[in-house]
Amino acid sequence: IASLVMYLFAEFDDAANLLAANPDATTISIDEPSEIPKNQHGRLQEPGREEDDELLGTDDSDKTELLAGQKKSAPFWTFEYYQTFFDVDTYQVLDRIKGSVFPVPGKNFVRLYIRSNPDLYGPFWICATLVFTIAVSGNLSNFFIHLGKPTYHYVPEFRKVSIAATTIYAYAWLVPLALWGFLMWRNSKVMNIVSYSFLEIVCVYGYSLFIYIPTAILWIIPQKVVRWVLVMFSLCLSGSVLVMTFWPAVRDDNRRIALATVGTIVLLHALLSVGCLAYFFDAPELDFPAPVIPVHNGTTVITKSR
Amino acid sequence: FAGLADVSISEDIPVEGEITVPVGSRSPDEDYSTLDEPVRDTIMRDLKAVGKKFVHVMYPKKSSALLRDWDLWGPLVLCVSLALMLQGGSADSKDDGGPQFAEVFVIIWFGAVVITLNSKLLGGTISFFQSLCVLGYCILPLTVAMLVCRLVLLAGSGTVSFIIRLIVVVAMFGWSTLASTAFLADSQPPNRKALVVYPIFLFYFVISWMILTFTPQ
Repeated sequence: IASLVMYLFAEFDDAANLLAANPDATTISIDEPSEIPKNQHGRLQEPGREEDDELLGTDDSDKTELLAGQKKSAPFWTFEYYQTFFDVDTYQVLDRIKGSVFPVPGKNFVRLYIRSNPDLYGPFWICATLVFTIAVSGNLSNFFIHLGKPTYHYVPEFRKVSIAATTIYAYAWLVPLALWGFLMWRNSKVMNIVSYSFLEIVCVYGYSLFIYIPTAILWIIPQKVVRWVLVMFSLCLSGSVLVMTFWPAVRDDNRRIALATVGTIVLLHALLSVGCLAYFFDAPELDFPAPVIPVHNGTTVITKSR
Repeated sequence: FAGLADVSISEDIPVEGEITVPVGSRSPDEDYSTLDEPVRDTIMRDLKAVGKKFVHVMYPKKSSALLRDWDLWGPLVLCVSLALMLQGGSADSKDDGGPQFAEVFVIIWFGAVVITLNSKLLGGTISFFQSLCVLGYCILPLTVAMLVCRLVLLAGSGTVSFIIRLIVVVAMFGWSTLASTAFLADSQPPNRKALVVYPIFLFYFVISWMILTFTPQ
């Protein structure tokens, strides 16, 4: 019996050595759940499979579930739990911003940049910057438009900051909540391959709003043509990030529901930018040397996206 | 305790609150001396501490005095005076003018709390009240800018006065940001410094904007 025990110990040693030497090898272990995500993670790092799995996202929901469960192990009332949402370095935040401004066709923003490490730093501070940028730019733009008129008295319009803050934070947090709820509901009916956690959706929405910061600054230019071109341009860029993220998640569903979901996402995004332009920026006067765009062009923007 | 102000400690040890040195040879009576001293002494000691911190802000060096003995008197005084000076701006009948007193208060304190939480969540080693203390004290250059702006506006409100105000506010904004960064940047992990400095920049930018756009009636 002693020799049998010694033989078994030797077997275990060999197995451990093999695993240490080749950590990517798929091992079957019955009672060690923590090893499974490590092996899956190792498998996904092989370069060939990356390209295939990008948009298909096979096994990604498993990986996301397991890794998500593994990462946030602190209970939610401790400070460490919330620290896991800020586990990003400067270069990571800059990479994510770059990915939202230059969407690569075919690459999913969440897969490429978030990679199961959603952060709250980006969404929160991009929204804060956007709030103040819109308020300040709107104020400046109105100042330049009305400059020189004898009846004009400059006001800082501080009320508009709170309105901007409410609008943008509501958009960046309530719309992802609704979308997440909707996707969860559809997931229970149709087995989708790709599913996102709530924080990943918040992350995508937050980073997709970044393009509106330079857009808001450029909206100071009091020309209607320029402003509407900017609206279209920024809508295309950030809308494409959102569409490429959420299309794989609804693609397997009923065709009409999938199209309606993506259409609603783009529509809400367009409404946000057009609404901000209309409310915070006064229309440039007609006696400015600018070709006037007929108003119905604005509505064709919205209908086109359906 | 005046002699302790020159003691320096290494930067990466988080400290907070007041330092009391247990000196064994004191008799029990002397431990209660701060209760028996004249009120003037108590007030002057606190005033001197606040004044010392003001000096540290105006000449930011790598000194840890601001961090060790934090207090919130200075920030409160600065916040109240800034909010008071921002009153009396143009208020239309629509009430769409400058920020109200409460709005300035909320922006400064809520902004400082959010920045502190942000730096702690990113892994900073500074304590909550130390960070509030530094951010509050570094509003001093902007309060000086507000004072200068009001004086310049008394003289006139044309283009020249606007250019003077712009230069003063921009300079003080830079000074505030650099001063607070000098104190706070060391307590952050090195690869996240920019992530912590940016919100501080945004915070002082918003305050500078409020100061610059102040227009009297």
